[in-house]
Amino acid sequence: MMEERRLGIVVSGSLARGVEVRLDGAVSVEDIAVGRYVTIEGEKRRFFGMITDVTLDAIDQRLMTTPPDVSDPFIAEVLSGTSTFGRLHILPSLTIGGDALSLLEGPQQVKTVPTHFSVVHEASEQDVERVFGQVEEKQFYIGTPLDMETRVRLNPGELVKRSNGIFGKSGTGKTFLARLILIGILQEEAAVNLVFDMHSEYGWEGTSEEGRKVKALKQLFPSKVAVFTLDEEGARRRKVSTDFVVEIGYDEIEPEDIAMLRETLGLTDAAVQATYRLARRFGERKWLESFLAMESREEMNELAQSLQEHEATMAALHRRLDSLRRLRFLVPQARDNAIQRILEYLDRGMNVVLEFGRYTDIVAYMLVANLLTRRIHAQYRERMERAMGEDIASPRPLVITIEEAHKFLSHELAGQTIFGTIAREMRKYNVTLLVIDQRPSGIDEEVMSQIGTKITCLLDNERDIDSVLTGVSGKSELKAVLAKLDTKQQTLIFGHAVPMPVVVRTREYGSPQSYKELGFREALELKKQAEEDKDLWG
Amino acid sequence: MSSKIGEVIEASTGEFTAQCYELHRPPPFGSLVKTREGEVEIYGVVSRAETTSIEQGRRPIARGREEKEEEDIYRASPQLEKLLRTDFTALVVGHREGRGGRESEKGGGSGETEKGEKLHHYLPPRPARIHSFVYLCDREEAVQFSQSLDFLSILVGAGVQADELIAASLRHVAAEQPDPQDFLIRSGKELAVLLGGETNRLNTILRRIKW
Repeated sequence: MMEERRLGIVVSGSLARGVEVRLDGAVSVEDIAVGRYVTIEGEKRRFFGMITDVTLDAIDQRLMTTPPDVSDPFIAEVLSGTSTFGRLHILPSLTIGGDALSLLEGPQQVKTVPTHFSVVHEASEQDVERVFGQVEEKQFYIGTPLDMETRVRLNPGELVKRSNGIFGKSGTGKTFLARLILIGILQEEAAVNLVFDMHSEYGWEGTSEEGRKVKALKQLFPSKVAVFTLDEEGARRRKVSTDFVVEIGYDEIEPEDIAMLRETLGLTDAAVQATYRLARRFGERKWLESFLAMESREEMNELAQSLQEHEATMAALHRRLDSLRRLRFLVPQARDNAIQRILEYLDRGMNVVLEFGRYTDIVAYMLVANLLTRRIHAQYRERMERAMGEDIASPRPLVITIEEAHKFLSHELAGQTIFGTIAREMRKYNVTLLVIDQRPSGIDEEVMSQIGTKITCLLDNERDIDSVLTGVSGKSELKAVLAKLDTKQQTLIFGHAVPMPVVVRTREYGSPQSYKELGFREALELKKQAEEDKDLWG
Repeated sequence: MSSKIGEVIEASTGEFTAQCYELHRPPPFGSLVKTREGEVEIYGVVSRAETTSIEQGRRPIARGREEKEEEDIYRASPQLEKLLRTDFTALVVGHREGRGGRESEKGGGSGETEKGEKLHHYLPPRPARIHSFVYLCDREEAVQFSQSLDFLSILVGAGVQADELIAASLRHVAAEQPDPQDFLIRSGKELAVLLGGETNRLNTILRRIKW
């Protein structure tokens, strides 16, 4: 094994706070970056950790008050590393190698700290490989650690066992990251995806920050992805080939769906209660249509009286619900059952991306995402229960991707919406979430604590950082790392699917080469392959 | 080839004093010298030199009022050379085991790896013998001795003129090194560690050994 650069020796520390390392004179603090990996050669085992802070220190406080003549390069060189030196703060996360047992069992969580004066080296590529697992040809990887070439594997199979979150303020590459992860799940067939694609970026094509067009799922994997749309006209204008146009009938909207929109529509509690009464009066499938059909004031007043509701409440409710009519995908009677169609595709192992087209407002998004998810989840639940009882195959694991997650999973709503339920019940019914959000502090704490793997780009709001890091060991250290991420292509990943927190330079996405690496093959190439196959089989 | 320059006239574990064979020609302050006690070669750093009258209590008197040149005084009174003496003291900084007795035939240091030889940078078991010859170490030997900088810790505690002595000896040894700059930086770093919080002392020395 190649010997890596020696950085220094351990001088103090604790398991809870991490260890302090005195930097060797030959190593400049300026060559060090937080987020990098190191190994510590303990007496009995090797520790693997991450640099979380860099400090300047001096042997004597007087040096700070009366600095030596450092304009003289000789004096400056003598003093650096001796009288003045750098200190690193390292958070050991795992023990690797050392004895036969640990070699067999692989990396283990640390339960102690290395002895005094253990030597610290930069981690070698092999060490990183040992920790994150070797990436085989065709296996999915998310990127490389800082300043290293080793690929960091993010096992989609492990990932989909829990709900996951992608966080980061806008413009930090959440969408790119989400696309990569969706591709990973798709490629290794760990689960099928249902993506509620608010800005139409995942289905056919998206745009990069610089305005360049990038291929999205359907272009890369046409045989595995179906694009559904709410906005047929828009899709046609954008020349996107869609597989299905989703329409939602008034009869499919239940009072629960309206309750979800309480805040966005500005409904009062009384108004929400009234919807339930309306449903009882007109029937679950008829209430909205019947209610919206009322036009005269007298009719409304009559209804209010018979339901023992306040007239003003009813009028306000009517006005607000009437605003839903502008959503053109809402029709009195849908031509086709979208939920059934989605389930059919999912059952065939096809990934479904539902594009919202021009309906990018949050009302439409929440209404549709919630409505569809609730029905699909109910179906999954039924099938899972049947599968358990009757010993038949359980449905394929499903990952539902939602954006603007804090709107669905806010403290007030998390208890009511289906997404809160899914996040909490984990994979009991084979359904998990991939939430994408720029305001993680808006997400309910309980839901946040159930998120298995957190993939976060740069966050700079204190509350957002706190909420993402809740319950993680070494929180304050990771905070420093998180706040220092680059705005582009850098991500901190921690949680269920990775053995330890890792800062990753996300793999490239958007160039022809990157598509190829992800398994995309040009039409020409496919044709050639087909011809070769024909030759082979005659 | 190390040159013979004097003879031990007083010796203790930590230092030895030698009389120079040539008047007014002591080895330079801070230079590396060696003497011997049986099988053991003892290394010292010249820490003091003085020229006095051979008889304690009889001080020399000024003689040059009528002379034009200083040298004329000695020419006019050749007995002066016999009445004066130059002594120097060396601080013992290390020793080499298992070589004694061969110096005259073999010359300078020929490597620690030579069979049975060991260079130590700490005090020898016994002081030098009176009348042992004292040699000025040659380049090769100085380089070899200074491969380890452990001798600096002895110099650091040398008393009043310790800092001057350290600076002088490092200047000497450095001049013999293939890469003096690198050697001085290494020594400087060693001193920074040895002197710990005494940054003023460190600064003083560093300013004196600047290359």
